[in-house]
Amino acid sequence: MASSNGGGVLSSGNFGEVRVETVTKVYEKEDKCQTVLQDCSLYVNRGKLTVLMGPSGCGKTVLVNLIAGYEKPTSGHIYIDDVPVTGPGPDRLVVFQETALFPWMTVYSNVIFGCRVQGLNKGELKERAELILRKVGLYEFRDKYPSQLSGGMQRRAELARAMINDPKIMILDEPFRGLDAMTRQLMQEFYVALFEEVGRTNFFITHEIDEAIFLADRLVIMTFQPGKVKTEIEVDLPRPRDFRMLALPRFMEIREQAIELLYEEAAKAFAAGSKTAYDLVGALVARKGICKRTK
Amino acid sequence: MATIKQKTQGAISIRNVTKIYDPEGVHVVAMQDCSFEIAAGEFAVIVGPSGCGKTTLLNAIAGFDNITSGEIYLDGELISSPQKQIKPAADRMVVFQNGALFPWKTVIENIIYGPVVQGRMKRSEAIEIAREMMNRVGLNEIEDKYPEELSSGIQRRVEILRALINHPKVVMLDEPFRGLDTVAKTVMHEFLMDIFCAAPRTMFFITHDLDEAIFLGNKVVIMTTRPAQIKKIVHVDLPWPREHHLLGSEKYLELKKEVLEAVHEEARKAFEAGEREMA
Amino acid sequence: MKKFFNVRVLRGFISIVIFVVLWQFVVLVKIPYLENLPYPKEVAVDGINAVGSKTYWFDWGISLSRIFIGFIAAQLIGIPLGLAMGISRVFKGFTFPVFEMLRPIPPIAWIPLAILFWPTRELSIYFLVFIGAFFIIVINVLQGVSNISVSLKWAASSLGARPKDIFWKIMVPGSLPSIVTGMTVGMGVTWNVLIAAEMIAGQGGLGRMTWEAYTNHNIPFIVVGMVSIGVAGYLCSTLIRWLSEKAMPWKKRF
Repeated sequence: MASSNGGGVLSSGNFGEVRVETVTKVYEKEDKCQTVLQDCSLYVNRGKLTVLMGPSGCGKTVLVNLIAGYEKPTSGHIYIDDVPVTGPGPDRLVVFQETALFPWMTVYSNVIFGCRVQGLNKGELKERAELILRKVGLYEFRDKYPSQLSGGMQRRAELARAMINDPKIMILDEPFRGLDAMTRQLMQEFYVALFEEVGRTNFFITHEIDEAIFLADRLVIMTFQPGKVKTEIEVDLPRPRDFRMLALPRFMEIREQAIELLYEEAAKAFAAGSKTAYDLVGALVARKGICKRTK
Repeated sequence: MATIKQKTQGAISIRNVTKIYDPEGVHVVAMQDCSFEIAAGEFAVIVGPSGCGKTTLLNAIAGFDNITSGEIYLDGELISSPQKQIKPAADRMVVFQNGALFPWKTVIENIIYGPVVQGRMKRSEAIEIAREMMNRVGLNEIEDKYPEELSSGIQRRVEILRALINHPKVVMLDEPFRGLDTVAKTVMHEFLMDIFCAAPRTMFFITHDLDEAIFLGNKVVIMTTRPAQIKKIVHVDLPWPREHHLLGSEKYLELKKEVLEAVHEEARKAFEAGEREMA
Repeated sequence: MKKFFNVRVLRGFISIVIFVVLWQFVVLVKIPYLENLPYPKEVAVDGINAVGSKTYWFDWGISLSRIFIGFIAAQLIGIPLGLAMGISRVFKGFTFPVFEMLRPIPPIAWIPLAILFWPTRELSIYFLVFIGAFFIIVINVLQGVSNISVSLKWAASSLGARPKDIFWKIMVPGSLPSIVTGMTVGMGVTWNVLIAAEMIAGQGGLGRMTWEAYTNHNIPFIVVGMVSIGVAGYLCSTLIRWLSEKAMPWKKRF
């Protein structure tokens, strides 16, 4: 794993804030209209790790795409430091669910890609690339191809690729999905330590509650479709975060609170006929149920 | 403290089990000299880094694969050793991660499959019993649906019912709730809890989710990285039936802390070993 | 490991021996409909003589040159065309309908038209080989471009790539696997087309050679011709495979 190799400049400290103002996104397919986001307003604080959670289909990924500039909202505005978003750019870098490392380039080439297309030459980049690669513990693997790396290592390479460009904002859309539970936990620790060291504005999407609470300064919970912000919870656990905090009473308290809220939204999803929410029928009936407990 | 009705069948004894994969080739020592006991009707949860250890035991008990040395006993009878390997049968049922419901059969057809195919029950009898089971857990409305029409949470529960209708001595579940979101998981836990309390039988439950492990289990067996051995066994003496408010209690948090530390240590070791392998 | 190698090779060897023995038996015993087959020995003798003769290798050269010219022309025109169609919806809108209309026509069906319209026989043969590989490569390149995950393009945009960067650094390398598939399949088809064309209308070449063996009633030599064609085709496919491994180092099995 990355050693605290400290020193060196990993960032200029110029971090951004995101303001999403009453954004609505409607998709039109044939003659059906699907309103994924409705009057959604959200604020991502400068220098904080904001985590977004919500039931499937609530538009979390759509929100990511809008902030990143890959899609445009149907109505409403998104501002980065008061500048409206018009398209993608290196001030907002995204780490996706599925790896977006370029399979035909080595780790090193992937990491320096952004800088290269922006005009820096290889020589200038060498020192900076080396520093970042050592930071994520991939220096020995710099000449390998993505297919030769494990899932966790691929994610770290993507973090490096983003970080080397010193973006104002980092957006991560369920980046640890698909990793096995152990690797996932270690990646969470690694990532949160990185965040705590650099202090960049991070916007993190997940549907794993423990992950969300472990990482977040603030937890934002979205409603079921059409999506908008339901509640925000301040996660006042101390930093630096440590895996042992998963056993703190305060952690469990926040967890219960979040589960209740998610349960509420899942119930609404069920009422709307969502397949995944059908589970609740079983739960609700069983709770009233006939199951006998023996003494 | 409420206890569960005691069971007399399904005691598993694992003694000095070693498993080496591909002994003449790559020679992977998945498990080395592993020993522990599971009492009849006990809910044992196995946690530990990904690797071959937990699955090795499951495969040996179920009868899918054998072991290199050591012995495994079920109710005093030898079921697995280098010389003898019992075949899979309905007294040791397995519920897998990825769902193995027959897609071409309805829910009720799936559930009655075992007893009918084994000739233990007539179709009509089996259907009645299946209906009763489904009723008890609130799933009766879906009896004529096909698996793909249902959410994964419901599919898992149907699979568990399909296993249970065979009255197995041991039920083995290999990360059955993996991939479900937190809300769905709490529903699953309550379901399993209800079933287990109503008719306790030995459970061999593999998971990575530590809250799940402590919430469901009598004991949590923590395994080391390869070659797998028993790192620690944590006895969970929380009251039955387990209810969700327990998750905030002091006792629970103490147990969680203990398990967390042990598992985290092994996870780190596994990770570092894996990195070395890749270089 | 050693044991494993021997058993596998032994099994393969035995199966070939059995095949040859059966062949000999079938001809010897004059099984109905198969009694005109040549004996394995005759084929072997003719084969050895051929390998020693200049005209045989001359025919090889002619066939190979036809394959290379037609095939390479198809790649040089087809790959850029496929890329253009994949990237620009407008361009695709104009070109794809005509392309799709012509694609189902089997290359061999082009033979009469090709002979009529091209000034020389050689040119018509090059054209036929071209047709064989062309449609395949274009369709594969199209597929390849659409297979490039949108998140790769998005990641590149975010990182500051401009359209020309995206084309050269994302689209082209990203379509390479499909280009290779197109070449591999195309190579097989071109051999098919070439042999048919040579049999019908060619001068020289392995197909012509095999056909002349037939008209001259030199039956063992027909089999020699067939085997030669098979070997030539195999060598070309191996070349493509080798080139693809060099071009796509990231696809190696590690």
